Amino acid sequence: MNPISLPKIVVICVAFVSGFCIMTVEMLGARIMAPYFGGSISVWGSLITVFMLALSVGYLIGGRLSTRNPNPKTFALFFIGAAISSIPIILFADAIMRPIFLAIEDPRYGSLLASIFLYFIPTSILGMISPYSVRLMVDSHEHSGHMAGLLFFVSTIGSAGGTLATSFYFVLWFDVNQILWGAVAVLLLAGSVILLINYLLQKRAANAQVSGYEKQN
Amino acid sequence: MKNKIRLLFSFCGLMAVTLTLTAAEVIHEEKSLYRDINVVQTGDRRCLIFNVHRGDRNQTCVDVNNRDELIFSYTKMSFAGLLLTPQPKAILVAGLGGGTLPLAFNDLFPDALIDVVEVDQAVVNVAKEFFFFEENANMRVAVNDARVFVKRAGILGKKYDYIILDAFGGDYIPEHLLTQEFLEEVKQIMTDDAVLVANTFSTSRFYDHESVTYQRVFGEFFNFKLPTSGNRMIITQLDSLPPRGNLITRAQSLAPSLEKYGVPLLEYPARLSTRVDWDMSRRVLTDQYAPANLLQDN
Repeated sequence: MNPISLPKIVVICVAFVSGFCIMTVEMLGARIMAPYFGGSISVWGSLITVFMLALSVGYLIGGRLSTRNPNPKTFALFFIGAAISSIPIILFADAIMRPIFLAIEDPRYGSLLASIFLYFIPTSILGMISPYSVRLMVDSHEHSGHMAGLLFFVSTIGSAGGTLATSFYFVLWFDVNQILWGAVAVLLLAGSVILLINYLLQKRAANAQVSGYEKQN
Repeated sequence: MKNKIRLLFSFCGLMAVTLTLTAAEVIHEEKSLYRDINVVQTGDRRCLIFNVHRGDRNQTCVDVNNRDELIFSYTKMSFAGLLLTPQPKAILVAGLGGGTLPLAFNDLFPDALIDVVEVDQAVVNVAKEFFFFEENANMRVAVNDARVFVKRAGILGKKYDYIILDAFGGDYIPEHLLTQEFLEEVKQIMTDDAVLVANTFSTSRFYDHESVTYQRVFGEFFNFKLPTSGNRMIITQLDSLPPRGNLITRAQSLAPSLEKYGVPLLEYPARLSTRVDWDMSRRVLTDQYAPANLLQDN
């Protein structure tokens, strides 16, 4: 049986969603840490450093995983994993930051450590999505550059949208935790949609195969 | 007739401002990660200016030949807390600026311990180099975020009996210094007889949110506004506020010692109001919801 490939438009849409959510969490990240480490430029420095490191690790792992039987189910798991690993930011942020605040007096290193504990895992999982989605979109070597460009375009546009929407509007309309729950829900939805489409396509393929056999017989 | 005179006065004022502006000389520029800081001198008056590019905003000014005299209304207004706590022993000032405020307190209460917390090292450098600010055995500066400083002071069990929140430099409002949670942390480091003096904003929509937040944490507070200043001060304490009669008596006994700083303390009691002049239905600012910078323009 040939591997089922997702429609390109689905991959493009979820790539947008992942880019959007990365920046939503990052913009809120500073807000979440400010009560413990302040709003100084070094807190932003810690946060951005950890996001960049997490994404780079995610790109590496996602790229590696894409060479082994690339499939929509694994792709969906990235979204679900990112959603689940973001939940501690909502539920345990204080419990995580308080001991760090007590142990480390310098808010620079305090915020660096807190950023690692809070954001590293979900962000690196979100980072895996980009290279993996390139693999899902590419049918031939010829088109790989074109597809990679398209996906970077879409996910970065998503990031721009997430940054703007969060900092201009969401913080005005909602609590920080409400926004984060929203991001979790959207990531879960994206994962579920991928699984659903994959299931429907598999079913159709199976039916087609069955009817094919029937015709042959 | 009265209007004409007023017009004439404002014209003269405008002329004076124009003249001084043309004669102003930038004597120092300090780059920092937060803002550009310029030190500008006009005759004897030396000013610290933030946000040079977006409309000048004098942060602190000193008269180099008469350093005791405080120039800005809002700096003088910070002394109104003395009407509630006349003999402070431990003072916390959040936001250094040019350092004129802590200097005056140190001069007035040489035995009081003064902690100043300032997030920007560049501001400390400029205050020391150009505004005669000096640390001494009783007055120290911590380069730190005020939220972090206050939280840690609370854990260490430090207490202050005079707290001045003046950490709002330039246009940007540090949102984490306006929330209910922050004010609760400030409460933790206040002695029973402490006074809190917060230099805050009077822009419309934000004013409502801020007032509601202070009210939630402290109950009633004195709202202190002067026609000569766009700032408003929130002055409050843990206990219920004293009657106006007490304020007047205190003002009378303290006024002579404040004369050399140019603080018209006798005028202040009549200006301290507990009247609610804000929209009480506005949302309390919290760590979860504090879009202060988005509210200020509306």
